[in-house]
Amino acid sequence: MAFSFTEEQEQFRDVLARFLRDKSPTTEIRKLMETDSGYDGDVWRQVCTDMGLAGIHLPEESGGAGYGPVELGIVMEEQGRALLCGPYLSSAVLAGLAIGAVASGEEQAARLVGIADGSVVATLAVTENQGLWHAADITTQAVPVDGGYQLTGRKSFVSDGQNADIIYIVAENGAGLSLFAVDADADGLAVEGLEGVDATRRIAHLTFTNCAAELVGAEGAFDLEAVFDQVLIAFAHEQLGGAQAMLDSALEYAKLRVQFGRVIGSFQALKHRFADLHVELELAKAAVYQAAQALEDGDDVRAYASMAKATASDIFLFAAKECIQFHGGIGFTWENDTHLWFKRAKSSEVFLGSPADHRERMLQAMGV
Amino acid sequence: MDINLDDIRNDVREWLAENWDDSLSLIEWRTKLADSGWGMPDWPVEYFGRDLPPSAVAVVQEEFAAIGAIGAMKSGPRMLAAVTILAHGNQAQKQRFLRRIITGEDAWCQLFSEPGSGSDLAGSTTRADKKGDKWIVNGQKVWNTSAHHADYGILVARTDWDEPKHTGLSYFLIDMHQPGVEVRQLKQMNGYASFNEVFFTDAEVPEDFLLGELGEGWPIAMTTLAYERRVAAGNREAGEDKGREGVIYDQYREESAIATEPYAWYPQRAGRSDLIIDRARETGSIEDAAIRQDIAKLLIKRQSMEWFIKRLAEVQKAGKARGPEGSVTKLTASEVARMSADLHTEITGIDAMLTGPDSPNDGIIAEVLVSVPAVSIAGGTDEIQKNIVAERLLDLPKEPRFDTGPFKDVKRN
Repeated sequence: MAFSFTEEQEQFRDVLARFLRDKSPTTEIRKLMETDSGYDGDVWRQVCTDMGLAGIHLPEESGGAGYGPVELGIVMEEQGRALLCGPYLSSAVLAGLAIGAVASGEEQAARLVGIADGSVVATLAVTENQGLWHAADITTQAVPVDGGYQLTGRKSFVSDGQNADIIYIVAENGAGLSLFAVDADADGLAVEGLEGVDATRRIAHLTFTNCAAELVGAEGAFDLEAVFDQVLIAFAHEQLGGAQAMLDSALEYAKLRVQFGRVIGSFQALKHRFADLHVELELAKAAVYQAAQALEDGDDVRAYASMAKATASDIFLFAAKECIQFHGGIGFTWENDTHLWFKRAKSSEVFLGSPADHRERMLQAMGV
Repeated sequence: MDINLDDIRNDVREWLAENWDDSLSLIEWRTKLADSGWGMPDWPVEYFGRDLPPSAVAVVQEEFAAIGAIGAMKSGPRMLAAVTILAHGNQAQKQRFLRRIITGEDAWCQLFSEPGSGSDLAGSTTRADKKGDKWIVNGQKVWNTSAHHADYGILVARTDWDEPKHTGLSYFLIDMHQPGVEVRQLKQMNGYASFNEVFFTDAEVPEDFLLGELGEGWPIAMTTLAYERRVAAGNREAGEDKGREGVIYDQYREESAIATEPYAWYPQRAGRSDLIIDRARETGSIEDAAIRQDIAKLLIKRQSMEWFIKRLAEVQKAGKARGPEGSVTKLTASEVARMSADLHTEITGIDAMLTGPDSPNDGIIAEVLVSVPAVSIAGGTDEIQKNIVAERLLDLPKEPRFDTGPFKDVKRN
């Protein structure tokens, strides 16, 4: 297992960070929060076509760059730091990884090309009543109907459910879990947009009633837990980036803000809390980066993936809370940018399972 | 540097084949090591080494271990003295002291901390005053591991009270076997006595036992401390060759037992997180959802720390380290120990009231509970580590100072 990024990866991160700083200032984020889609189509096209980010981890024959989870992690981390508004998590990560897991050859290429070049926005619908990725909770049924399938059921907390052109759905059809595709304009699909705490992200409940669907890959071939592991590792990187943004912001403020004749960052009461934050963030980085390395190496990552999610969720929220506290009263205002990340942290904490859920999943994966 | 590690391996193997002889006494064998330089391969040729790069040391050690050959004496605090003398000593001092350190003939201790200056090490008030051709030492040191077995000590003492605190200190080598030096073992809250207090009453240090220049005590002490931090875990390893027979091994085992005795409780100090899952299974608390969460938090922290250490080693190898990153490791080790002790208590329940053979794991768990408080103090308290992280990694302003004038005017204990 490698324990460092390569020079190439470091350079990639630098280029990416500059691009995102330029394209995603908080003035822009605040504007996009108020729009229906929540993102800027021009910037999204640049993300996909100029930068090639949506296909970074997708195979070259499917229009991707052919890199792996480490590079995907870098993209997610830097996006999380910049709080980029866009359907990256939904389309590139959730749908992209799900398709990659079950489809192959021409079918895979046909479905991934549009995701990689940004011409198609896709998402993945997994969770139902409990909002958790538990196979036993999935009751959405797919019934074979003259060459195709009809889907009936209700999916909850679908990321970008209202933005997607194609929705990939995990459903039960007697053979186990399978992946299906439904067009956004299909008859029988009802989209219920939800108001989220995190206004930089769109979520929806989707109801399918005898909805025409195509099978993706083979029947019963969808390995929910394996896709989940990959998604968790990518998502944990996004949270790391958010945590770094919060620490950086708090540090910048603590070095400028003067009270009692000295900058507040010179008070030991604050310095020690900054040190605690730094330590926790360094540990979380180690956990998340090594989970991605292990996935790259083809190791069993179940425990590591949950470790990454639990620790990244915790550090992001910790950093966001501390950032508000370090800012004092101004940190609680709408005008100050801290709440944008705080809300992302709150929302991300429970999305894809809470830290407590993942600590338990980790123990079970370890046989404890 | 173009050095072929395979050549070195062949050289050492050949030399061992000709020279290793388990019928020699330990001193006879170590004398051969000092003469040949194979005991300290990365030391200079003129001082008992072979001028090989640090990367060669592991290769040499592997070859020694492969045939059960005993290495140079490096256990306990003696190497702190050795590396500092090697870096700052004059020719006569190096010739006189270094050989007898690595042969194991002389044991050394470190005489830095004082009751009045722990975290603030430069606030030392033990004094050395020049009388004729001797230095006369008065004062008290504390936390002196193995001082009760030591022949010599490395001593930081104040030689100029008109200078600011850091520039009024000097670094001495002191003979521990003299009437003016009294060593008392210091019993700790966990019942062990791994450290000592050392009292100086008109103890004498000959002029030529001053290391480096007068007033250079602080920068020279930094050499010692840097080495101490780097090898903190290494010098307390128990001796190998447990099953081997012969006089040389008997002597070696006896020597190792003395050198490693102060560290017997260190695994407990670190919290024994390795016992947590077995203990939770034994007691049935592995089924308890709250305890499971705490177990998971501990395992995550420990695994993250192991990975952090490996990642840091890569950063250091690439020459990109800022230096104080080790403080992150140290703070995490404290946290792992504390979490582990708390969890042992939760798992053990009412039995955590007991100690000795009445307590679980033949007293090990009780020993954890009363040893863990040391981990966040020894080698620089957590509070000092947090200052280091904040000031040197996050570039936050330094603490305001009130001790920059002549030391005689500085407020102290």
